[in-house]
Amino acid sequence: MIMKSALRPPMSLLCLPLVLILGGCSVEPWVKPYERAHLADPIMSFDRNPVASGYRNHVFQIRESARGAEGGGGGGCGCN
Amino acid sequence: MAATENRWRYLAGGIALALLSALPGARTLFATVLPEDRADLMYHRYDGGGVEVDGPTLQLRKSVGEAFSVSADYAVDSISSASVDVVSMASPYTEERTETGLSVDYLHNKTLMNLSLIKSDESDYLSETGSFSVSHDMFGDLTTVTLGYSVGNDDISRNGDEDFAQTAKRQNYRVSLTQVLTKDSIMSANWETISDEGFLGSPYRSYRYLDPLSEKGYSFLPESYPRTRTSNALALRLKYYLPYRAALSGEYRYFSDTWGISANNLEFAYTHPFRDKWIFDIRYRYYTQEGADFYSDLFSRRQPFTYTARDKELSTFQSHTVGFGVSYEIKADFWQYIDHGSFNLDFDYMRYSYDDFRDITQGGVAGEEPLYSYSANVIKAYFSIWY
Repeated sequence: MIMKSALRPPMSLLCLPLVLILGGCSVEPWVKPYERAHLADPIMSFDRNPVASGYRNHVFQIRESARGAEGGGGGGCGCN
Repeated sequence: MAATENRWRYLAGGIALALLSALPGARTLFATVLPEDRADLMYHRYDGGGVEVDGPTLQLRKSVGEAFSVSADYAVDSISSASVDVVSMASPYTEERTETGLSVDYLHNKTLMNLSLIKSDESDYLSETGSFSVSHDMFGDLTTVTLGYSVGNDDISRNGDEDFAQTAKRQNYRVSLTQVLTKDSIMSANWETISDEGFLGSPYRSYRYLDPLSEKGYSFLPESYPRTRTSNALALRLKYYLPYRAALSGEYRYFSDTWGISANNLEFAYTHPFRDKWIFDIRYRYYTQEGADFYSDLFSRRQPFTYTARDKELSTFQSHTVGFGVSYEIKADFWQYIDHGSFNLDFDYMRYSYDDFRDITQGGVAGEEPLYSYSANVIKAYFSIWY
């Protein structure tokens, strides 16, 4: 009886993330597919024109020290 | 009544889905899919601070079967530089940079994998980068998680000096999460750590120090940079669909690195379609940066520290950018292989103001010259087709 009660808290803690993960897998989407008309509009894209935004990021990267997390590509030095 | 309402809602949803399947970019929010087949041809021009850069960019993307999509990129920058650095320490020059890229996407169920190779070639700088990323949709396609890794190797030389040969290695680690919040809003969080090792400075640039023996009161010596650098950047983006078919977006990024540089940037943008064919964009971006520990406009003496730099990109400064874009869509009924296309024109005006970088071309007492600032215009004109 003592052993059982001693085991109970850690087992609960172990089970909690498992329940959350399994619960997450079967999560009911709160925005249904038929409610995503606005989200699917091209004007809602984070990167509607990748070539243009890639060049814009490149211009900033050359002139500023901050880099990364832009969501765009690029390469090379392009110094000066 | 409730049943009738639900039925109409369901029917409207079905109609919306049917309409959306015809919209470009629509597929991406319903399931993991390959990128769209499209081609972009762009002319870009940068003009500011004594530097002019222009050239073409071409990108072609085509799916191969149900599971693969292949993309090829080609870009040329023709550079003509008489920047304040160049004018004060060397002679104006011209050069050309060529960038080529190849990318393959592979789709497997809800997982999208990407492998890409980029090569950038200048007369004194060769860079080759390989990237790999994995994206996975989950929770009813409301959440997309992406993990990415890149490794790049650079070969640096110095024009006019055949004995100079240096290398640098760069590794990028990326994690991003895109989340549908409501039927009108979506957010994305991006984290990127970049680690560099090798020659990280410029083979041409010098630092300035007080020299009582010099007529001007100062002299120059070649810069010295640390051989390692690690940086972290966290960006949050939010996009909101307004009630009258327009979109509002905001972005914030925080950056810091092991050289003591920290930066923040904030951007707001508004997208407004007009009738069926026009889309207008306006945007504003603010950037502010605290300089590197080993940066100084004017060091007190010759070789004061191990590391010394006078690169204005490492100094403390702010910039404001105002941008405007217009896009006109065309239906390509005249050619069966083309679905539709668009003509686009994009313009950005930038203003950079430095807190501790002085314009020594203006003359004056050493260390009391006017602070440097400049403005630049960036124009992008491009044509896109979807097929």
